[in-house]
Amino acid sequence: MNLTLHIWRQKSKGDEGRFQRYELKNISEHMSFLEMLDVLNEELIGKGEEPVHFEHDCREGICGCCGAVVNGTPHGPRPGTTLCQLHMRFFHDGDQIVIEPFRSAAFPVMKDLIVDRSAFDRIIQAGGFITVRTGNAPDASAVPVPKPQAEMAMDAAECIGCGACVAACPNGSASLFVSAKLSHLGLLPQGQPERLQRALSMIRTAEAEGFGHCTNYGECEAVCPKRISIRHIARANKDFHKASFALWSGSGGKASSVP
Amino acid sequence: MSALGSWWSSSPGKKMVMAVTGLILFAYVFVHMLGNLQIFAPNGREMINQYAAFLHSDRAMPLLWGTRLVLLASVVLHLWCALVLTIRSWKARPKGYRVRRYREASYEARTMIWTGPIIAAFVVFHLLHLTVGNTGLPFVHLDAHANVVKGFQIPWVSVAYMVAVVMLLLHFRHGLWSWFQTVGWSHPAHDGLRRTLANVLTGIVVVGDLSIPIAVLAGWVR
Repeated sequence: MNLTLHIWRQKSKGDEGRFQRYELKNISEHMSFLEMLDVLNEELIGKGEEPVHFEHDCREGICGCCGAVVNGTPHGPRPGTTLCQLHMRFFHDGDQIVIEPFRSAAFPVMKDLIVDRSAFDRIIQAGGFITVRTGNAPDASAVPVPKPQAEMAMDAAECIGCGACVAACPNGSASLFVSAKLSHLGLLPQGQPERLQRALSMIRTAEAEGFGHCTNYGECEAVCPKRISIRHIARANKDFHKASFALWSGSGGKASSVP
Repeated sequence: MSALGSWWSSSPGKKMVMAVTGLILFAYVFVHMLGNLQIFAPNGREMINQYAAFLHSDRAMPLLWGTRLVLLASVVLHLWCALVLTIRSWKARPKGYRVRRYREASYEARTMIWTGPIIAAFVVFHLLHLTVGNTGLPFVHLDAHANVVKGFQIPWVSVAYMVAVVMLLLHFRHGLWSWFQTVGWSHPAHDGLRRTLANVLTGIVVVGDLSIPIAVLAGWVR
């Protein structure tokens, strides 16, 4: 198939950036979206031009590196997939494809389609972990976890931290990412002691990084390659208010003070 | 910063304030609508005028002014938080997309920031029309029945009112559902009910409110 691409080109953080038009011929429908970009880049390199920079690693939808906004949708038109797992058979011959980087004040564009997502790392550093050594995986029945809770924690733990939720949110909110991490740890026994402090720290850090607030649009859930539910945002809100109340009432946000 | 101060300055804190004040305002609209439906009683004129007289009696003064103060405080807080949060969200995405698509975000959700001020503006007019009575429209103090009927017999007054009710429809449909998320009421078994409840409550208010100007225009209430 033949395609017309409109790709955001930006030399560096300080550069203004602009859209550049490229014509691509004979693209196989079996290629992934990133392979299509590889073909474009080979052509560009052959002509002595600067290739289009984009981030990628595993190319099997589990690392969270890739991602761009394709015709207005992060990770492209197919729900529940990362950009690397999107195949060209979901496009048609003669399509115009607009490719833009994830847009957020907290995700500055570094070059072309690559954005700096280290704000997510700082949110994780603020509390997205369990402080004590949890050791090896415990025996299956040693720590009982109710099935529905385990399922919900696993759903949340699917988050690969790609940032599509932020890119899709009209408010540029990271609520889905933060809440997925909070549910993933907060639903399991090992995560309980630090549960409330974690909610406070991670939500406050997200805000300090410049992410917006949640108005329950649901756009994040619609583009999440792991289909994480905004139900987790409701859970995160609850933990945040509980933690704030515990802090205010003088118990220092410790989980033990809240049933 | 104090615990309360940092809660207030946080986005989830501001959203909680909006949820609480929003619910107060919704509850008022609901009760106000129920009170107004007395106009449909067989002795509607007496009933609604007696209701108005009761609300303005010495006995009901604390109730009347207490309600007014709570409503005023709710409106101020609701607007203030909406303003601060909206500015935050603009700052969170200084550069937008060339292609903008919405997948899940409803029309109601995307227009909250516009339907809100339109409702506020209508409330000012509504108060001047039927509480203060200085708009030049027919008004006799405590003759609520005549004020409503004579007002709604003027087509543009009815149309303005009905437009405002449509704004309420849009605002409540998203607001009431969103309320559950904001306060953290979510459970996989009941999540489906949240939208249903929001739609039903909104529907009751909209049908109840619209019935009055329609009945007046149709000549059923005069």
